[in-house]
Amino acid sequence: MTTPGTTRIVIDPMTRIEGHLKVEATVDNKRVVDARVAGTLYRGFEQILVGRDPLDALQITQRFCGVCPTPHAIASAQALDSAFGIMPTANGRVIRNIMQAANCIQSHVLHFYHLASLDFFRGPDVPPFVPRYEADYRVPKDVSEAMVDHYVRAYQIRLKAHELCAIWAGKMPHMASIAPGGVTIIPRIDNITTSLWRLKELTEFIDTVYIPDVVTLGGIYRDYFKIGQGCGNYLSYGLFDLDATPDVTLRKRLFPMGRLHDGTLDTVDPKQITEDVKASWYDSPSGRPPSNGATSPSPSKPGAYSWLKAPRYGGRPYEVGPLARLLILYRSNAHPKVRPLVDDTLGKLHVGVDELPSVMGRHVARSLECKLIADELTGMIMSVKLDEPVCTEHKIPESAEGLGLWCAARGALGHWIEIKNKKIARYQAVVPTTWNASPADDAGVPGPIEQAMIGTTVEDTTNPFALARIVRSFDPCIACAVHLFEAGKSAKVFQVV
Amino acid sequence: MPPLPTVSRREFVRWALAVPAAMSQLDEFFPRLAAAVQEAVKEYPIIWLQASTCSGCSVSVINTIHPSIKNVILEQVLPGHRLILSYHGTLMAATGALSTDTARQAADTYKGKFVFIVEGAIPTQDKGIYGTLGERGQVPVTMLEWMEVLGRNAMATLTVGTCAAYGGVSAAAPNPSGSISVPAVYKRLNITSPVINIPGCPCHPDWFIGTVSKILLYGLPSAKELDEDGRLKLFFGRSIHNRCINRDYLDDGVFATRLGQEGCLLELGCKGPFTHADCPIRLWNGSTNWCIGAGAPCFGCTEKGYPDAHSPLYQRR
Repeated sequence: MTTPGTTRIVIDPMTRIEGHLKVEATVDNKRVVDARVAGTLYRGFEQILVGRDPLDALQITQRFCGVCPTPHAIASAQALDSAFGIMPTANGRVIRNIMQAANCIQSHVLHFYHLASLDFFRGPDVPPFVPRYEADYRVPKDVSEAMVDHYVRAYQIRLKAHELCAIWAGKMPHMASIAPGGVTIIPRIDNITTSLWRLKELTEFIDTVYIPDVVTLGGIYRDYFKIGQGCGNYLSYGLFDLDATPDVTLRKRLFPMGRLHDGTLDTVDPKQITEDVKASWYDSPSGRPPSNGATSPSPSKPGAYSWLKAPRYGGRPYEVGPLARLLILYRSNAHPKVRPLVDDTLGKLHVGVDELPSVMGRHVARSLECKLIADELTGMIMSVKLDEPVCTEHKIPESAEGLGLWCAARGALGHWIEIKNKKIARYQAVVPTTWNASPADDAGVPGPIEQAMIGTTVEDTTNPFALARIVRSFDPCIACAVHLFEAGKSAKVFQVV
Repeated sequence: MPPLPTVSRREFVRWALAVPAAMSQLDEFFPRLAAAVQEAVKEYPIIWLQASTCSGCSVSVINTIHPSIKNVILEQVLPGHRLILSYHGTLMAATGALSTDTARQAADTYKGKFVFIVEGAIPTQDKGIYGTLGERGQVPVTMLEWMEVLGRNAMATLTVGTCAAYGGVSAAAPNPSGSISVPAVYKRLNITSPVINIPGCPCHPDWFIGTVSKILLYGLPSAKELDEDGRLKLFFGRSIHNRCINRDYLDDGVFATRLGQEGCLLELGCKGPFTHADCPIRLWNGSTNWCIGAGAPCFGCTEKGYPDAHSPLYQRR
């Protein structure tokens, strides 16, 4: 994709993300004029699931991701619920919410401290903190020392959040207790007490360390509220079921389902979701809805550059994740705490809500969502009923279709299942990073991360650290690599980030 | 077998990047650690490769409590024994070519002296193009090629998790990426580095730390300490079933017939009778719980047959 006058730079692999990701960009006169993000690992889960017992999806789909197995377990359980025509018991619904909340907290803390924060300060000069790329580290010595201390403490905190999840899940990563119709765990009083004490530690850390750290870095790197805006469309399927309405689009959720486009808050119709594959290494048909999707790999397909498909809503790319969820919450005013919390925090940073779509804005949104979830978790834990059923009985139908729409920490997550002869006939998952790190669609429109990179100023093409900061702000969950081209020079792999 | 040779302080200092500043930085950030480093601490270079994996084993291992993950990666895994984590895709500060160059450099510098840890299976279909990591001269480098570069030069190899040990979920049928286990790759490439399997989906942090500690203190395990699937009998020698909390239900003939019910979980597909691991006594995540403790059947995730031979997972075999 290099044209005369451009140079190519490659960041591969993109470390400190989950999975294997690759990004290419073209720089012309210090500006990114084109960008490509590509997944570099194909495992073929959709093919692996075909022919299996429908319940096996509960376990197999968790192995998409060791950081976010919980939302996959829940989305697949919801797909089974809807295919089987059952709804979880109240206990089952609440315990799923608890596991989701605990896993979101561990994921957000892990992302900020262990994956993203090293882009902004220098750690000690010992592996794995060295070697590092040299960037504009502007953090004064005392803040650096505090960040190293908090980096270490955050390990203990995310571990506590994992424990909080495992109390109900059996173990983490990869939870055992998920089931169609609810969960398998029969709650005891000690599950509740030990959860509440762990939550207390999490809440203290989020309030007194995590959010203040984000505000501190946000103040030092204020220009990063202007960098990496993205595509401007936001999608969330919502989180935390509050009732048992069978139609997922009508179900009441603590974080509502919705989308923002052209400045308008709108509803979600799952039928509007399609996946393009023109730029993906698949020869299966393009533009199909996931319920009718196919996945047939073709690694040498001309013009393709990614293992990710390009999901689109109404033909347009959408950003998903904490920023999307928070903006939709803010606009819908569906939660009384959201506007005061957002306004107060942004006030300290002297930035507006319209600057949230940015590198720093995504970190702020993630930290505030983490607080909202932790604050709600006490109520969730207290609403577990010790002597009531945790699971609705199910029967596997001869044939059925099911849909699970939920969110991982990183954004909107959909599972589509089709059952024939009591076996899985088709399974398609559209995961958050497929939305965010999607390649260009059939019309050539780049995905959200690609759009966030395009237009960015890169002073030194041998060290485009700003691009790595942009990519990481989305919390990508695939192993990828970033490629960057600069006009005219022969393509060359640089050491970046 | 002989204990692992260790790398002298001098060798380490010569290799490590930005070393002149290292000690002063250490003093600044971790005064106690800096003091400890002055004493005779044995150091062990580690290269941790994530191949076809969900990263769940890394996420699980950082749940270690004693030692803490701070002990493991920044201080000493055991008093007097320090791991030098030269390459780990999720934890390291470096990215892009700088990160993979570090792996190559470490493998070269520590040829025959580093411990190679592999998480995930290795895609081999179409020469491994289904899984790549970095590129050289604009050509993607496959994970299979990385096994040649790193595996052949390793002193010993630890497979972390069932994918690396046996193929696991990454190699589940119809296995579109042609993923195979690390021992199978070694056989194919004729690599003779000794392999110790630490399976589990994910690998329990105690199994990992325990295996590492055993090697550091007592050397590589002898043949009789390993079972036929290359696992330490210490952790994988006895069945889930024999130490299960639901044994009394079995004895009394109380069987759960649907999910969410009390009773022995055999009828719901529990694989405990032919699964070997110490989960019933070790528990998971700070001893908070384990699969059967949460009312779920054991899926047999530490076994060679997981998941294909254990499917349907929720039905009695």
